[in-house]
Amino acid sequence: MSLVVLWTDALVWLLVVMLTLWSRVALRDRLVRERWQQVFASGMATASALVLLAYVSIALLDSLHFRLADGQVRSVLDLLFSHLLVQTERTYSAPFATIEYVKSVVQQNGTLQQVYQPLHHVRPDQFWPDVVWGLVTGLSVTGVLWLLRQRFSRFFANSIFARAPRRTFWFTLGLIVTMLSLMWWLSRDFHVFGTDKVGNDVLYQTLKSIRTGVLIGTLTTLLMLPLAVSLGVMAGYFKGWVDDLIQYLYTTLNSIPGVLLIAAAVLVMQGMLETNPHWFGSVEERADLRLLFLTLILGLTSWTGLARLLRAEALKLSQVEYVTAARALGAGHGRILLRHIVPNVMHLVLIAVVLDFSALVLAEAILSYVGVGVDPTMNSWGNMINAARLEMAREPVVWWSLTAAFIFMSIVVLAANLLSDRIQQVFNPRN
Amino acid sequence: MIAYLIRRLLYALPILLGVNLITFALFFMVNTPDDMARIHLGAKQTTAEMIQAWKAARGYDKPLFYNPAADGVAALTDTLFVQESLKLFTFDFGLSDSGRDIVADIRQRMGPSLALAVPTFLLGLWVNITLALAVVLFRYTAVDRMALVAAVVMMSISGLFYIIGGQVLFSKVLHWVPISGYQPGVEAWKFLILPVLIGVVSGIGSGLRWYRTLFLEEVNKDYVRTARAKGLSEWRTLGRHVLRNGLLPILTGVVVVIPTLFMGSLVMESFFGIPGLGSYTIEAIQGQDFAIVKAMVFLGAVLYIIGLLLTDIAYAWADPRVRFQ
Repeated sequence: MSLVVLWTDALVWLLVVMLTLWSRVALRDRLVRERWQQVFASGMATASALVLLAYVSIALLDSLHFRLADGQVRSVLDLLFSHLLVQTERTYSAPFATIEYVKSVVQQNGTLQQVYQPLHHVRPDQFWPDVVWGLVTGLSVTGVLWLLRQRFSRFFANSIFARAPRRTFWFTLGLIVTMLSLMWWLSRDFHVFGTDKVGNDVLYQTLKSIRTGVLIGTLTTLLMLPLAVSLGVMAGYFKGWVDDLIQYLYTTLNSIPGVLLIAAAVLVMQGMLETNPHWFGSVEERADLRLLFLTLILGLTSWTGLARLLRAEALKLSQVEYVTAARALGAGHGRILLRHIVPNVMHLVLIAVVLDFSALVLAEAILSYVGVGVDPTMNSWGNMINAARLEMAREPVVWWSLTAAFIFMSIVVLAANLLSDRIQQVFNPRN
Repeated sequence: MIAYLIRRLLYALPILLGVNLITFALFFMVNTPDDMARIHLGAKQTTAEMIQAWKAARGYDKPLFYNPAADGVAALTDTLFVQESLKLFTFDFGLSDSGRDIVADIRQRMGPSLALAVPTFLLGLWVNITLALAVVLFRYTAVDRMALVAAVVMMSISGLFYIIGGQVLFSKVLHWVPISGYQPGVEAWKFLILPVLIGVVSGIGSGLRWYRTLFLEEVNKDYVRTARAKGLSEWRTLGRHVLRNGLLPILTGVVVVIPTLFMGSLVMESFFGIPGLGSYTIEAIQGQDFAIVKAMVFLGAVLYIIGLLLTDIAYAWADPRVRFQ
C-alpha cells in the first residue's frame, strides 16, 4: 500500500495548511477574534459551520489516496465504506428494498415467469440491530466528546465558538455524528439510498460527490483570490492607466456570457486532454486533471465580480486619513497596500468566499448537465442529476438518485448561505 | 448626450476586439485547427489528407495572423484572424462546422427563445417586486423572518431540481401539460406555461431578498416618514412612494439583462425541448461545433454591451439628477 498524491489532493491539503496558519495569525488579533465569536454567537451560524465542517471532513478523508496491493487507487473514505464497493446488485433497487425494482424473467417449475429477484446484499432482519448500533455509536461518540469538554475548556474560551450557544452546538454535533453512524451501520445491510442502473450503491456515489462539490467550491476560490485581490486593489489604489487597463480586462471577460466562456474553455481543455494522453497514467488521474483544469477555468472567469467590489473599496480607502498619513510619513506603495488597504478589504473577500462556495456547488451541477463539467466517470451531484433525468422518464419512476443528490447538495448549499448571511451581518460595517 | 453615447459606443469596440481575441486564442491557438479536425473526424484512421481536406472545406487552412503567400493587403486579410474572427463584426457568422448557415439558424430560433425568456422575465419581476413589498409591509415581524428563511431555502435548491420536480409533478403525475416539445403559433402556450412558471419560482428566493433589501433602504428615509405623518396608509406609502423610488436601483440592475434575454436559457430550453438559441448553444457545445460557440460568444458580448449602454440611458432618464459627462 503506497500513498498516491493526486493534483487536487495536494492543492486541497495545501489549502488546509494555509487556512490553519492564516487563522492562527489572524485570530491572534483580539478584535478579529471577537468578530468571529460574534458570528458564532448565533445558533444558526454555529450549526451551519458544523455542517460545513462535516462536509469538508468527508471531502478531506476522500482526498487521501492509496494504491492498494491489487493496483486500485482508493481513498480513506473508500476504505471506511469498502463494503459498499463490494455489495453491488444487478440493477435498480429502491432504498431499503429487499427485492429488485424491475421484474426479470426466470425459469420456475419449467415455465418462464416474471418475478422480482431478491437482492444479494440485504439482510432485513438486521434493521433494528443496525439502528441500535448506529444510535449507540453516534451518541457515545458525542457523549465522550461532551465529557471531554472540560479538557477543551481553554480551547472553548479562546476559540471562535466561545460565545456559541452550547445547546445548539452539542445538539448539532450529536445529530451529525449520529446520522453518519446510522448511515454507516445501515449501509452494511441495506442500500440506504437504493442502487443505480448497474446496481451500484447510491449512498456511496453521493458521499463521493461531496469531495467533488467541496473541491470545486474551495479550490476555485483559492485560485481566484490572488487575481481578484491584487488586480482589484491595484485598480482602486493606483487609478489612472492601471485602473483603465484592469477595468478593460474585467469588462471584456464579463461581457462574455459566463457559461459560454466556461464551455469554450472546457471544450479547448477537453481537446488538449484528448491530444495529450501521456499526461496521465490512469482514469483517476485523467478525471483529476480535468477537475483541476475546471477549477482553474472557473477561477479565471469568476474573479471579475470580487475585483470590481475591491476596486470600489480601495478607491474609497485610498482617500482616508490613515492612508494619507502613511503616505505623508513616507511609506511606499507596497507598504500602504499590504498594511493599510488589503487588511481593510478582507471582510469583503471573506463574504465573497463563502457566497462563492455555494454558487460554485450549484454551478457544478449545471455545468455537468451541459456537458462541460467534471469528467463523466467522476462521482458528482451534477452527473447524478444528469443520469436521474432519464430515470425520471421511466415507468415507474426511479426517484432515489435524484433524492440523494438533492438532500446532500441542498444541505451544504443552505449551510453555506446561512453562514455567509451571518458573516455579512457581523462584518459588514454598514450594519 | 449624443456625444456621450457615441463615446460609449466607441469604447465598446476595444471590448469586442478583446472578446474576439480571447475566443480566437482559445479556438485557434491553444487548440489548433488540426486538433479540431481530429476531434470531428474521430481519432481512428485519420490521415493527414483527411485533416487537410476538412480544414480546407471550412477555410481553417490559412495562417493565423500573416499570410506570406498572398499579396499586398491580402497578406493581412487572408488570414484566420480576419476571416474567422474580425468578420464577426459584420455579423457574418458564416457556416457552422457541420455546414449550416448560422445566421439563418439564429433567425429561426430566436422566436421560441424570446417566447420563453420574455414572459419569464416580466412575470418574475412582477412576482418578486410584489412579494418583496408585501414582506416589507410586515418588516421585522414573524412573517418577515419566515419569508426570509423560506427565501434562503429556496435559493439553496439547484434550479435543476425545480425543473425535474415540476416536470414530474405537472406532466407525469397530473398530466396538465406536455412534458416537453414546442409548437409555433398560439398553441405554444401549452409548452411554455410550465417552463415560465418554473423559471419564476426558482428565481423567487434570490429576487425576494434582493428587492427586500432595496425597499428596506428606502423605507427608513425621511420622505417616507413624512408621507406616513400626512396620514397615508402603510400600503399606500409603500405603493406610491417607496415603490417608485425603489424602482430606480431595480431599473438599473435589470436593464442590463434585457438584451441578453435574446440568448435564451441554456438549461430551460434543453430540458423542455424548446428549439431556441439556448438549446442551439448547448447542442453546439455538446457537438463541439466551435463555429457556433464562437458566434454565440460574440453575440452574447454585443448584447451585454448594449445592456450596459441601456443602463446608462435608463439611469439618466429615470433620475433627472444624473447628467452625462
